[in-house]
Amino acid sequence: MADVKKIATRESYGNALVALGEKYDNLVVLDADLAEATKTGIFKKAFPERHIDCGIAESNMVGIAAGIAATGKVPFCSSFAMFAAGRAFEQVRNSVGYPHFNVKIGATHAGISVGEDGASHQCNEDIALMRTIPGMTIINPSDDVEAKAAVEAAYKMDGPVYLRFGRLAVPVINDRPDYKFEIGKGVVLKEGKDLTIVATGLEVNESLEAAKKLAEDGIDAEVINIHTIKPLDADLIIKSASKTGKVVTVEEHSVIGGLGGAVAEVLSEKCPTKMLRIGVQDTFGESGPAVKLLEKYELDAAGIYKQIKAFV
Amino acid sequence: MTNQELKKTAIEVRKGIIEGVHAAKAGHPGGSLSATEVFTYLYFEEMNIDPKNPKKADRDRFVLSKGHTAPGLYSALAQRGFFPVEDLKGLRSIGSHLQGHPCVQHTPGIDASSGSLGQGISVATGMALSAKLSNESYRVYTLLGDGEIQEGQVWEAAMFAGAKKLDNLCVIVDNNGLQIDGPVEKVNDPYPIPDKFKAFNFHVIEVADGNDFEQLRAAFKEARETKGAPSAIIMKTVKGKGISFMENQVGWHGKAPNDEEYAIAMEELKKAGEE
Repeated sequence: MADVKKIATRESYGNALVALGEKYDNLVVLDADLAEATKTGIFKKAFPERHIDCGIAESNMVGIAAGIAATGKVPFCSSFAMFAAGRAFEQVRNSVGYPHFNVKIGATHAGISVGEDGASHQCNEDIALMRTIPGMTIINPSDDVEAKAAVEAAYKMDGPVYLRFGRLAVPVINDRPDYKFEIGKGVVLKEGKDLTIVATGLEVNESLEAAKKLAEDGIDAEVINIHTIKPLDADLIIKSASKTGKVVTVEEHSVIGGLGGAVAEVLSEKCPTKMLRIGVQDTFGESGPAVKLLEKYELDAAGIYKQIKAFV
Repeated sequence: MTNQELKKTAIEVRKGIIEGVHAAKAGHPGGSLSATEVFTYLYFEEMNIDPKNPKKADRDRFVLSKGHTAPGLYSALAQRGFFPVEDLKGLRSIGSHLQGHPCVQHTPGIDASSGSLGQGISVATGMALSAKLSNESYRVYTLLGDGEIQEGQVWEAAMFAGAKKLDNLCVIVDNNGLQIDGPVEKVNDPYPIPDKFKAFNFHVIEVADGNDFEQLRAAFKEARETKGAPSAIIMKTVKGKGISFMENQVGWHGKAPNDEEYAIAMEELKKAGEE
């Protein structure tokens, strides 16, 4: 694995903003005193006049973004997922979601892989919160290539988008000539017949690795990358579930209300299927190196493999 | 408009408020009536707006941060010609474009959805910042309640607007002194209000009677001429202004008049119009 290029999706986000900023004058970036960490600092360096630091006031930042969007510009506002989706939830709901303003929320440091900062900063609830807002698009990219494509797609669509990025450097898995990103379209990365693994974010790579180990045991897993959690590619998931008869969801988020919740909602109504939801099991995280935490909470390839073996 | 013409218009705006909340059997007449003069002044005198082209790019913006007083805003918009006055009777009813609190997607002339207190001032501040970013000359106005300023987000926005020197932003505080649970100073004392905005680097304009057009005219002129800092107009008003039995009565914060009270209120307004 040493030769695999790794990059954190927050870094991809900062780079994508610069690329878009060069093309589009109406793109404005807001941050709440975390520009270095969220990587909007990269944009700040290139376009200081279009980077607004709102200070440590995320609720106001979301409102400022709403006002900017109301005048026809396209604001990307950033903070850690905990504060963008958590603290400012009601501002996102009422000042952005309800008027359907064209605000893009670039939330970084999502999930348990925040690492050493610990549970106060490890947001495992943001997807659940954002999913409940009508008209909100939610994208959780799996690597650098997908993150950059997602930022561009978010800019180009009209309406609020929640983009979820991670702190941890993750392998680049989508670097191929035929890669295509379309909001709302899942991607079958590996076909299989024994079960379906539906993964999102950094868990896509871990799931692919787990699928390799399962193959060694003669278990043929299909792996689907769901980068857009809302609107969910229900057709693709139902099709795969009908074929394999078993579905496992994998996410670096609470098993309540996130990808697992969304898939369970669809399948229970349209195609009842035996399911296993892998994720953060209704608990808070803790401090520690990100990789060690993923291991402890069984969210790495080995943990996923182990849980799936017990499930099948 | 002359002050006399504005006064006549304000009476019509008040009639629309009473019509709306009476028909809806719900709504917030008290704070709508205290702010009637400011709604009237903004839409008939101060703001660059066009009822026939409500989304014109260079328009001045208004955000009703104290969104529950939508009946007052709706009535002013209707009087100004953004939509028919008859629509006011549909307030809060299913299928009407007049939601209980302002909604940008439904109502012509509304620039932002509001109603969750403390959020409108941030949205207005974002609009003002946006104008600065692209060197546009429109101004942004936002109206807050004196109870609303208990919300922490108000001060996040105030700090930001002061720091960014948004002199195209005019914050108005309707200091009618009453909130749902009682007098503001008894619930959670927000006084002194001017000092607070001064501390956040606002140019503060105090208006002794916010139901007086001459005083409002002077205040808005001063705000418009202020450079290098956002303005805050802190105006003393009378909650329920213009309807004798509603004035300074906290009970009329969010209650509709019954048929008998409606008749008395409309008669009072009719008489006021004949003066």
